[in-house]
Amino acid sequence: MSTPYNFAFLDENTKRMLRRALLKAVAIPGYQVPFGSREMPLPYGWGTGGIQVTAALLGPDDVLKVIDQGADDTTNAVNIRRFFGRVAGVATTERTADASVIQTRHRIPEIPLREDQLLVFQVPEPEPLRTLEPREAETRTMHALADYGLMHVKLYEDIAQYGHIATSYDYPVMVDGRYLTSPSPIPKFDNPKLDRSPALMLFGAGREKRLYAIPPYTRVESLAFDDHPFEIQRWEHHCALCGAGDSYLDEVVVDDRGTRMFVCSDTDYCSQRRDDATEEAA
Amino acid sequence: MSALLQVRALSHRYGRRIGCEDVSFDLHPGELLCIVGESGSGKSTLLNTVAAQLAPTSGAVRYHQKNGDWLDLGALSEADRRRLAREEWGFVTQNPRDGLRLNVSAGANVAERLMALGQRDYGRLRDIARGWLERVEIDPARIDDAPTGFSGGMQQRLQIARTLVTQPRLVFMDEPTAGLDVSVQARILDLLRRLVNELGLAAIMVTHDLAVARLLAARTLVMQGGRVVESGLTDQILDDPQHPYTQLLVSSVLTT
Amino acid sequence: MYVAVKGGERAIARSLELLAEARRGDTAVPELELAQIRQQLRLGVARVMQEGSLYDEDLAALAIRQAAGDMQEAIFLLRAYRTTLPRFGYSEPLATQAMRVRRRVSGTFKDVPGGQVLGPTYDYTQRLLEFGASAASNTVEADEPLATTMPRVLDLLDAEALIERIDPGSDPEPTDLTRDPLMFPADRATRLQNLARGDEGFLLGMAYSTQRGYAESHPFAGEIRMGEVDVLICPEELGFAIEIGEITLTECQMINQFHGGNGVPPQFTRGYGLSMGEGERKAMAMALVDRSLRCDELGEPAYAPAQNQEFVLSHSDNVEASGFVQHLKLPHYVDFQAELSLLRTLAAQQRKAAGTEALA
Repeated sequence: MSTPYNFAFLDENTKRMLRRALLKAVAIPGYQVPFGSREMPLPYGWGTGGIQVTAALLGPDDVLKVIDQGADDTTNAVNIRRFFGRVAGVATTERTADASVIQTRHRIPEIPLREDQLLVFQVPEPEPLRTLEPREAETRTMHALADYGLMHVKLYEDIAQYGHIATSYDYPVMVDGRYLTSPSPIPKFDNPKLDRSPALMLFGAGREKRLYAIPPYTRVESLAFDDHPFEIQRWEHHCALCGAGDSYLDEVVVDDRGTRMFVCSDTDYCSQRRDDATEEAA
Repeated sequence: MSALLQVRALSHRYGRRIGCEDVSFDLHPGELLCIVGESGSGKSTLLNTVAAQLAPTSGAVRYHQKNGDWLDLGALSEADRRRLAREEWGFVTQNPRDGLRLNVSAGANVAERLMALGQRDYGRLRDIARGWLERVEIDPARIDDAPTGFSGGMQQRLQIARTLVTQPRLVFMDEPTAGLDVSVQARILDLLRRLVNELGLAAIMVTHDLAVARLLAARTLVMQGGRVVESGLTDQILDDPQHPYTQLLVSSVLTT
Repeated sequence: MYVAVKGGERAIARSLELLAEARRGDTAVPELELAQIRQQLRLGVARVMQEGSLYDEDLAALAIRQAAGDMQEAIFLLRAYRTTLPRFGYSEPLATQAMRVRRRVSGTFKDVPGGQVLGPTYDYTQRLLEFGASAASNTVEADEPLATTMPRVLDLLDAEALIERIDPGSDPEPTDLTRDPLMFPADRATRLQNLARGDEGFLLGMAYSTQRGYAESHPFAGEIRMGEVDVLICPEELGFAIEIGEITLTECQMINQFHGGNGVPPQFTRGYGLSMGEGERKAMAMALVDRSLRCDELGEPAYAPAQNQEFVLSHSDNVEASGFVQHLKLPHYVDFQAELSLLRTLAAQQRKAAGTEALA
């Protein structure tokens, strides 16, 4: 490979620093570990945290899948995949089942993940309390003391004003009954997939310089009230392409009269289902 | 009965300036103690030092916890300080806007401490909040209104409800009626007297107003220049002041 | 029949071609050479080096050309390159008192030892556009040689104990913000490092706010000096410092509102700014913001944005800010769909409630 850069861009010392921070993150599920985030050749806010985690974990035999909004072909996903193709030369795939490392923005794949897979989340704002309390020194203390009453004030207020908890994505969770954690801006539809997942889930926030983890089979609860339990999104429609009734749907406006159709956000899941259907028919 | 709080030779200095100096007293469960003095006499410094908001320069404060253990407040960790503030203590500030969360509803303000203690039943939280609004004479129909639309007196009553909802063992109050009209003050003092009796609270209240002390407190400390110049039963102090400064305070009340 | 959007890969490739074409422009016009940028756009080069945290005029010039003159993009390019460079060691503290001064002004004394030296400055140009080729002479004869040593103006006040004394020996071992995350509260050395990398426009705005009543600190420009300073390193195997080159720096020392009490006689306080190359605006803004961020240490009431270290330090970096503001153009349709579905539920609920009311 004729690039002046090290395998997967970062030098080995930096990768070691990242792995140490990741080990700490795994040891304290849900705790935000400050780390020496590096300036990456992609902009902050575009996945620099996830990219650093992926770079620290990738080996030459890994198979990488990158998704954004559930799709492999959105421009930012393509760009990140291209980046690792260029600086690491690893094999890439669009098939969830074939990937050993999946870097994602805003979704968890519909197909259940396995113990031998890693899911790497890109995180814009790791602090679930940030919109309620802007001071970092204060939110760190709140985590240290598990002082989370404020988060419930927000949920209470939602129900009082709207009749519902008005958080539809980046819905806060308690990890292992201890740390209040942001699941990254995935729709709350995906929250149940975090609970006791066989796959290790790693979260990287490059701009905010924090890493955290949900180790395999860890208890993850979405916050709620006893009499207002957590609920996920549901649609009246099925996917217009594959007919799935159990997947997260994108709404597409198809003409200027405002006609809508709904299709799977997870493009791999959708195309696998369509392939299977064609095979059965044949 | 054993004391709830023991204060011994407590001092707090701001550099070389004296905040409060060599103060000792005990507070017993169910007792309301007033600290009176003019502005600058050190009464708020004393309150904040006792409540572990300011670190003592010398001396000690010991608090008898719910679990029976004595806790040295001078060596209190931030974690313990917050736990006490959440689980066993309450604070009522002079300006209710400092003690309230103004961007959320009255109900959320009352329910916050309960939620911090782990209550997770929305319907039950609403019931308790309505009950407390009624208790502090706020129309329960205003449960979903923001406190920004409340009058000063209503805000102060809301702060009292928010503080007392968890039935704290010890409440610190810093001039809770000072910013209010006289008629509003009377109503709040009446309310406080009733709640303190009903709940059997122990409380320390700072005030510059001897009439407040007479109405609420069995015992009173009089402060001047950072030191306690006289202490004892409130009625005795007001009817037969010994220290010239107390005599001056009492006579100035009588003449106005 | 609707087909899921495909072709991101091809779209990116085409976009890169268009960008290359647009950047180069009309090929009949010669391409800018790096030496031209380095010399004729030297202030731009200085800013890119400063905020890119890398003193290399050629790389900065390359970045400016590649970024088509977009300074923040050029800074980003330089930072991304800098990340990959190995770290051999740290230099000795730079001795700005030994600067070979080319410009030096003080707003506090009419004359100072070594004199006031205007040097190359835009300050008195009258800002008339010069149509036609700029008048250029190759060499300017100095009226008289500059003094070889110029004491720092603040050292004169220091000798009289009229300004707070800063003991460099008491400085903590500096953090390296490119290796370790910024943590709060940040000490002064860390704050200065953050401000040095911070966006010039952001610091300028914050500094300006302190002059307009948001944390007034009564500043005087004690001294601004620009010139060349030697860079020394002390390799472990040698055990003594050796010079590895010189760099151009602009240093600003502000003299601010005095403090005293508690047995200490009143003294002026300091604000400090330092910038690579000729970066006077940046150095001055930095010095004002440095001073306003010292409010806690000096016991001043903190109420203004420029006194809030979490606010200033968390938002000063233009690579971070630019990335996060612009990430909004990435697809967010999964989250938007989640919000749409919530909003429809709430609206339906309200319609139902209104209907029930109407029936009742």
